[in-house]
Amino acid sequence: MNITLRIWRQANASAEGRMVTYQVQDVSADMSFLEMLDLLNEDLTLKGEEPVAFDHDCREGICGMCGVVINGTAHGRGESPVPTTTCQLHMRSFEDGATIDVEPWRAGPFPVIKDLAVDRSAFDRIIQAGGFISANTGAAPEAHAAPVGKLQADRAFDAATCIGCGACVAACPNSSAMLFTAAKITHLAMLPQGQPERYSRIKTMIAVHDEEGFGGCTNIGECAEVCPKQIPFDTISQLNRDLIASLFKKDGK
Amino acid sequence: MTTTTPAAPKTAKTQSTEYFEVGAEIKDAKAPGGAIEQKWSKRKFEAKLVNPSNRRKMTVIIVGTGLAGGAAAASLGEAGYNVQNFCYQDSPRRAHSIAAQGGINAAKNYRNDNDSTFRLFYDTVKGGDYRSRETNVYRLAEVSSNIIDQCVAQGVPFAREYGGLLDNRSFGGVQVQRTFYARGQTGQQLLIGAYQALERQVAAGTVTMHTRHEMLEIIIVGGRARGIITRDMVTGEVESHFADVVVLATGGYGNVFFLSTNAMGCNVTANWRAHRKGAYFGNPCYTQIHPTCIPVHGETQSKLTLMSESLRNDGRIWVPKRAEDCEKDPRQIAEGDRDYYLERIYPAFGNLVPRDIASRQAKNMCDEGRGVGPAVKEFDAEGNERFVRRGVYLDFAEAIGRIGKDGVAARYGNLFDMYAQITGEDPYETGMRIYPAVHYTMGGLWVDYDLSSNVPGLYVTGEANFSDHGANRLGASALMQGLADGYFVLPNTINDYLAGSSKFEKVDETHPAAVEALESVTDRIAKLLAVNGTRTVDSFHKELGNIMWEYCGMYRTEAGLIKAIGLIRKLRESFWKDVKVSGVNEDFNQTLERAGRVVDFMELGELMCVDALHRRESCGGHFRAESQTEDGEALRHDDEYAYVAAWEYTGTAQTPILHKEPLEYEFIELKQRSYK
Repeated sequence: MNITLRIWRQANASAEGRMVTYQVQDVSADMSFLEMLDLLNEDLTLKGEEPVAFDHDCREGICGMCGVVINGTAHGRGESPVPTTTCQLHMRSFEDGATIDVEPWRAGPFPVIKDLAVDRSAFDRIIQAGGFISANTGAAPEAHAAPVGKLQADRAFDAATCIGCGACVAACPNSSAMLFTAAKITHLAMLPQGQPERYSRIKTMIAVHDEEGFGGCTNIGECAEVCPKQIPFDTISQLNRDLIASLFKKDGK
Repeated sequence: MTTTTPAAPKTAKTQSTEYFEVGAEIKDAKAPGGAIEQKWSKRKFEAKLVNPSNRRKMTVIIVGTGLAGGAAAASLGEAGYNVQNFCYQDSPRRAHSIAAQGGINAAKNYRNDNDSTFRLFYDTVKGGDYRSRETNVYRLAEVSSNIIDQCVAQGVPFAREYGGLLDNRSFGGVQVQRTFYARGQTGQQLLIGAYQALERQVAAGTVTMHTRHEMLEIIIVGGRARGIITRDMVTGEVESHFADVVVLATGGYGNVFFLSTNAMGCNVTANWRAHRKGAYFGNPCYTQIHPTCIPVHGETQSKLTLMSESLRNDGRIWVPKRAEDCEKDPRQIAEGDRDYYLERIYPAFGNLVPRDIASRQAKNMCDEGRGVGPAVKEFDAEGNERFVRRGVYLDFAEAIGRIGKDGVAARYGNLFDMYAQITGEDPYETGMRIYPAVHYTMGGLWVDYDLSSNVPGLYVTGEANFSDHGANRLGASALMQGLADGYFVLPNTINDYLAGSSKFEKVDETHPAAVEALESVTDRIAKLLAVNGTRTVDSFHKELGNIMWEYCGMYRTEAGLIKAIGLIRKLRESFWKDVKVSGVNEDFNQTLERAGRVVDFMELGELMCVDALHRRESCGGHFRAESQTEDGEALRHDDEYAYVAAWEYTGTAQTPILHKEPLEYEFIELKQRSYK
């Protein structure tokens, strides 16, 4: 296959960016999207041009490091028959001769570092605000001390599969990180171990979410549509229920 | 002060060759004597303590944020130390522990199937083909139950039964059900648990996180590890960081093969830099080749994807009996024309034989010309181009007949989806194609019972050290070791060293050792950028990978390894003459990052070949063609090789020095493994 790429090039956070057109030849249908970018970068390097910077690591759809907007949708969801990360999108999803637009996640709280790589450290700060259970090493009771019903366990698991890639934010017109936050809220709220901090956690996490500049949720649903791990949209309902309930809790927060 | 006690050199035959020299024997001086069940309690009691009010005055550098690094950073932060934690990714949650799928072993005996700490210990030593240290492995089994308790308390969503209790499955060649799992994403869930505990400590101010920082050198002052040099991967700034103790939790070095199941960024640089500064490298040739990976699709492949070997619980592995059937649609090949070779050769264990055996037999079938799938280009031992089908079928037709498509989907749905997405084939309809791939490296920096390297103040945890797995790692034991080291071992041994830290020399940027370390890094970067040749970094990495896979992969021969050493030396020369690293240092420069890693991989690759060459026996993942039984199985030589090979660095392209740590088996009797 031969592909035309139009890629966002931006030297650093303060530089101005622009779309630049490249041709990539001899693309195989079995290549992943990132392997196709590797091919471009090998070619650019040999020509003495600067390769395109993009984040990636595990290349098996689990670390959450990769992520670009492809033809207008996060992780190329619009091109893929199934939910996917960028690394698991394969070139068989494209026609020979296709022109593909490649852009970084675009959201205020995710400033561009270079080309397609962005800074997602705001996600870590949301977790720091309460996305955990306070259980010091060594202090744990026997694992079977607190059984968890299978339905709750499964719901916790579904929410816990979030990989923190940021596609939800990139897809949201409000740049809201509500699906990311709700996934962690729901994961921990479903488990008996998560109960003691359930209603304090939500207030501190939402506060940091807002401070970081992420927008509010207006129930558009693009986030869940592009989510490679299919975090259920109703986790946001769970978050809202818990947030309202938390207003009536006297927990000193 | 030294943490190892070199014993008097034995009069044993000198084995020195042009490739290495033999030095003094070494031994672990930390494990106390007595009954194996008492050793860990005794060691914890004897270790010196640090007063809680003094801990915040002590700085601990931890490199890596996976299970071993993240768990240690969180635990030492909770204990009150000042922890400086580094990772090359944009967030500690990305560490490659996240990709482990299958599960984590623990001797809980929840299944009432006669499991125990001793049995887990026994299985791990046996699985490691009697090349691991008894004391370390027993402790691993001993703390395994605490790990499950800790993870459940953190909210790790393990699989549960309807009664709300934890589910277990059997895994990879053992006969009890002791593996805890979280669908096919156990590593992810355990890592997120450790990550959350870590972020809690970041919020508490005990841990400072340095993301997008790569460690490029270690600072040794007065014989002690006192700091590291890092490069800020966004700005290019080369910085020095100081501490009372340095912990490397930097994972394995499988990417020396270029194609592996490791993440693209996994590298050996931190370990190798420590090795160059005096830390011994233990058993570098011990590599695990995982049998159930998706085969290579072509020359532009950048990495390989593993599918959990839990698939072998229900899938049946076969190839056509006749080479001429290999091109056929597998559904057109009659039952009688299929060779379920693992069931045929190993009737007792069948498809559940250990990883090394399953991998080697798949290679044998493909070498015989009975492989399936596309023929891929490769080079034979003489360097001639050839095309070979590298794949065998992993077939679920029988399982679908037995438990239905839904039953199979419930157990393996996410793996089937992953396979379909990567290959474009539907595994419910046709058998999966699988082939072995490099997955895990049992070798790593040599450590004692306290997880201290031979360099005082340098501790090494998780896959980065050599301990616990011997020559071969059992399935579901990597997660166990990472978390055991991080949560329970290191936090109870590092205090013994730190208790003396008030007497350490003061160090800062002006110390000659720090200046020297920093300059060596900036010089190396400048040198890489100055070559400005005609070949890309990846082209060198791929060539190195081809050499390693062909000569130091599943099947190793004396002649092949010697040839590989020569090829690697030539490659290294050509790299420094002809590599092209674009851009500048003061930038987000991914080519420069990769170039630095490939430099260290090339040196490591040579040491791996030397280690493989010197070990003239087959054991675990290391198969030497010169040492096999009449029916082609691995043949160990306990009389000659029951030791850990700890290598001392003497200079690039200089002959390294081999220090042997004899392995004494007090509690387990050595046996030849037999799965027939």
